[in-house]
Amino acid sequence: MQPLTNRSKAVLQKEMTFAEKLYLPAIINGMIITFKHMFKKAATIQYPEQKREFSPIYRGHHVLKRDDEGAERCTACGLCAVSCPAEAITMQAAERKEGEEKLYREEKYAANYEINMLRCIFCGLCEEACPKEAIFLTDRLVPTEFDRGDFVFGKDKLVEKVDDRVDVTRRQTQDVLDFKQNKKYSHNK
Amino acid sequence: MENYYLFKIILVIALFVVSLVVAMYSTFAERKISALMQDRLGPNRAGPFGLLQPLADGIKMFMKEEIIPNVSNKTLFILGPCLAMTTALMAGVLIPWGGKIELWGETFNLQVADLNIGVLYIFGVTSLGVYGIMIGGWASNNKYSLMGAIRASAQMISYEIAMGLAIIALIMTTGTMSLGEIAAQQDAGWANIVYQPLGFLIFLICAFAELNRAPFDMPESESELIGGYHTEYSSMKLGLFLFAEYINMFISSAVIVTFYFGGYNFPFQNEINEALGLSTNMATALGTLVMFGKIFFFIFFFMWIRWTLPRFRYDQLMRLGWKSLIPLAILNILITGVVMWMNGKLN
Repeated sequence: MQPLTNRSKAVLQKEMTFAEKLYLPAIINGMIITFKHMFKKAATIQYPEQKREFSPIYRGHHVLKRDDEGAERCTACGLCAVSCPAEAITMQAAERKEGEEKLYREEKYAANYEINMLRCIFCGLCEEACPKEAIFLTDRLVPTEFDRGDFVFGKDKLVEKVDDRVDVTRRQTQDVLDFKQNKKYSHNK
Repeated sequence: MENYYLFKIILVIALFVVSLVVAMYSTFAERKISALMQDRLGPNRAGPFGLLQPLADGIKMFMKEEIIPNVSNKTLFILGPCLAMTTALMAGVLIPWGGKIELWGETFNLQVADLNIGVLYIFGVTSLGVYGIMIGGWASNNKYSLMGAIRASAQMISYEIAMGLAIIALIMTTGTMSLGEIAAQQDAGWANIVYQPLGFLIFLICAFAELNRAPFDMPESESELIGGYHTEYSSMKLGLFLFAEYINMFISSAVIVTFYFGGYNFPFQNEINEALGLSTNMATALGTLVMFGKIFFFIFFFMWIRWTLPRFRYDQLMRLGWKSLIPLAILNILITGVVMWMNGKLN
């Protein structure tokens, strides 16, 4: 019969040699191995003091960005909600009033914007869908809560503070920006 | 005579404290060594280098809720850990911890009791240790506990024989059953390991089995029996069981050192003591230190083996005990006898 792969091996059931039956050489070999491990560097990361660096594309807690003047970028177009496979995003749009130009960048804004963090699968499709560079996933962890209701994050937890900006440059690389500006793709038209 | 009793009482109390402290820090060492062998750090939060970890563990054990199952036999359930702890502490009195010590113008041996049948006493007491496990496991009225207890007693019976036979060869060469004399005989000449290498190996393997340490930790085997005989135990009663194991480890390390590695003696000790100009007491202290060094090596060895080898299967354990170790031990007696006869030492 033709073997399917070249990896097949004939199984031998040979008698153990005296040394193997004695079992002691095997024990000593094992002990040498464990002894050597005593002097190896521990793989431990001592958590509260040390933190493991996240991968550059880590997708965690979302942020709703403001522009350079501090106005919210989101226009409540709803593309993120449409793209969300977990249906975690809901929003309500509102019209910008006179005198609110400093708060909202365009005439329409999200009066309510909620992400259910228990539904969210952190796939990053909302970020990809967003035409306004408004929503990003960051390398922050979603905090723990005691009630399920508290996991529905509103704008208070999602929008970045004016004086405490969230750095998204690790995910918002030049490639990403180019991709988002490229008129070849339908969502940018 | 009052001095004699006073000295013995002090020695007993010191021995008690030392046993407990060594056992305490053995638990810490076990966790640290296992961590190092698995490329981890181990406990390092309580105190500097985690040195207060045993204290924290002890407090935790005392604070935990104590559960006595309704279906258990309450008296025996409580008796189990007490027995395990008591028997663990009993064997230490026979060990010669050092040479002679001069105090209040008298000379004492650094040994609580030097029975002329010391070896038999050690055997009796260590085999009593299994009663704690057996009674505790049986009284729990739990299938896993009972299985653990059965395994413990079967293991003890199987390995006690091989251990006894290994010791018979040692008694033949030393010609005495007193531990004090066995240790004293090794002061100038070679340690007994040179005369009894096979006997030592058998004794060591049996010691592992008697201690219920890996690779012979059948009675506990957390992966099969959910902790075996101490499944139903909680709080400090569980702590006593675990603690008894570490005290046993300390004592059996001491016994191994006394039997086979010269006890408190070390090579060229007379020359070294003369060269340093040590008084009797200082020389004894040095010997005791050396003995503790040897003991700690064996405690480390027990842990080293535990974190190296997987557990034996029950039938493998029995096969090793009955079909390998006992015939080997008998062979060892035979060889010892023949060699002694050829050298004209048999009378």
